[in-house]
Amino acid sequence: MLKIENLEVKLEEEDKEILKGVDLEVPAGAVHAIMGPNGSGKSTLSYVLSGRDGYEVTGGTATLEGKDLLGMEPEERAAAGLFLAFQYPVEIPGVGNMTFLRTALNAQKKARGEPEVSAGDFLKLVREKSKALEIEPDMLKRPVNVGFSGGEKKRNEILQMAILEPRMCILDETDSGLDVDAMRLVAEGVNALRDAGRAFLVITHYQRLLDHIRPDVVHIMANGRIVKSGGPELALEVEQNGYADILAEVA
Amino acid sequence: MALPQKRQDATEARIAALDTPGGGGWIRKARDEALARFRSMGLPERRDEYWRFTRPDELNAAAAPEAAILEAKETQVFGALDRLCIVFRDGVFDEAASDKLEGEGLEIERLADAARADIHWAKDLYGVLEARAQVPVVRPFAALNTAFAADGVVIRVTGRVTKPVHLRYLHEKTDSDAMLHVVVRLEEGAELTLLENGPAAARFNKCMEVDVADRAAFHHVRAQGRDHERRAVTHLFGRLGKESVFKSFTLTSNGRLTRNEVFLELTGDDAVAHVAGAAVGDGDFHHDDTVFIVHDALNCESRQVFKKVLRNGAVGVFQGKILVKRGAQKTDGYQISQALLLDEDAQFLAKPELEIYADDVACSHGSTSGAIDEDAMFYLRSRGVPESQATDLLVLAFLAEAIDEVEDATISEDIRSRLEGWLSRRRR
Repeated sequence: MLKIENLEVKLEEEDKEILKGVDLEVPAGAVHAIMGPNGSGKSTLSYVLSGRDGYEVTGGTATLEGKDLLGMEPEERAAAGLFLAFQYPVEIPGVGNMTFLRTALNAQKKARGEPEVSAGDFLKLVREKSKALEIEPDMLKRPVNVGFSGGEKKRNEILQMAILEPRMCILDETDSGLDVDAMRLVAEGVNALRDAGRAFLVITHYQRLLDHIRPDVVHIMANGRIVKSGGPELALEVEQNGYADILAEVA
Repeated sequence: MALPQKRQDATEARIAALDTPGGGGWIRKARDEALARFRSMGLPERRDEYWRFTRPDELNAAAAPEAAILEAKETQVFGALDRLCIVFRDGVFDEAASDKLEGEGLEIERLADAARADIHWAKDLYGVLEARAQVPVVRPFAALNTAFAADGVVIRVTGRVTKPVHLRYLHEKTDSDAMLHVVVRLEEGAELTLLENGPAAARFNKCMEVDVADRAAFHHVRAQGRDHERRAVTHLFGRLGKESVFKSFTLTSNGRLTRNEVFLELTGDDAVAHVAGAAVGDGDFHHDDTVFIVHDALNCESRQVFKKVLRNGAVGVFQGKILVKRGAQKTDGYQISQALLLDEDAQFLAKPELEIYADDVACSHGSTSGAIDEDAMFYLRSRGVPESQATDLLVLAFLAEAIDEVEDATISEDIRSRLEGWLSRRRR
């Protein structure tokens, strides 16, 4: 599904290398997690994959189902099936959440040459998906993320994911700012989307999210590289001993 | 004080190019007095305090600069509403195209007809509110209008009128130089919604005087568009009685030069005045909102909300003032002017002013100019919304606060779709 080879990235405005040769492959149906200390390049990886400005790719490739991601505009990546759940979802005053969701869904459908969804069908779809995430109708009427609590913002991200049905989902520290109940809700939302045709890359600092979203593979990222990969037990090791041991071991 | 010779010559040349309208009696006197006012002020010049941001040259010129006619294909704004429509072609009343000038709670007459009467209610307002608006800031084109406008309409509202009155201004001659004068009197407790749209003429000077008696409500919505080359200077003068409401919204799209002047006096306690504007300009577009609100009574509220979206060399100007007179306690005055600059060539010039002589008031103002929020843009694009469509969404969101001032949902929907049309024609 997602294949990253020797990806090297620096900040556009400073001569600072952030990713120093990342190799990663996430097959369809799998859930991979990336853990790592602050400043290791985890969020940069998610931004570069989704096409945010400000980064310069100096080497390597990233493909989604064989298509070159790095040459596409952000909206083309979305239409191709990539989705980034933001660490800090953006507030957009003046744009209603429903308008936003429908515009996004129909823009993606249009880009893929599929028929657009009618207002009635869309309403039904949103009702169904928002119910499971305990999203109140009021949240749908309000402007995108404006005045939402931390938990509501993250649930809104998962609602977008459920409606847009991407093939490759990247979750950037979706657990940050969530209490236990909110985390459970979000994780249930994600788990409901797991299927053989969809892959997940879960970026997190903590093992606790991975108690709810069970990964198949855990990668440890440090200093711009994946330094170690393993099974779910790797996350437990980090939880118990911190990163120091692992980093010392691979140094 | 006599004007400098050059200014005096330009002023006289402007007068000489105009035909003196007919009509004797009461209106003759009002016109003569206005002409005297105009002569004493003279045409504006760039160095005048309130003309520093807007060049008056094209309004000063004796002949109107030519303006091509735009063949608009879209549906007429307000066209689907049940309304009383009054049509002017290049500033001349078109009886055949207009609805019959009658309605329950309404007395409507063509200005030229009202001017022929010996006694008329409009006598107490025609040129009267205009003259009041000349202090402390002169508005020469308004005086010129009172002196020379031959056509227009006078409306007296005696009840709660539910059907809006719609003034539709068609532009059909490339060199038309039109002046219209509108007088509206809302009697105690009366209500009216007045709609205006259309380019009107190659050059248009409009003066509207609105007297809102106690507990009356006046709603005004206009769409100034869409011809690229038109020039306009408009004046909206209002006097508000006790517990009255005055709400005005203007959408402006295109137009080489638009100057919208507003002067409102809140003279009765507990009156409410809202003035809002949304302007969108691309290229050769200069839009100026010059607003002056006078609080002269207790516990009144005023609100100014002006938003401009500019690109490709377009220029926006906002000069807004709140004057709170001695004794106008418990005044609540608010003013916001904001511009969204879609590229580096666009320009926004703002001059907010507060002048307060009462000590128990709440007045606030703010002015900002900025570009599209990059985080919001990336968020939308990451969800699959193409850049051009995301820009449109963010532009509409930016303008929403101003459009929300339109209370009637059907009318605000009309305004929104007019804007969407404008945006979609400019997708890049």
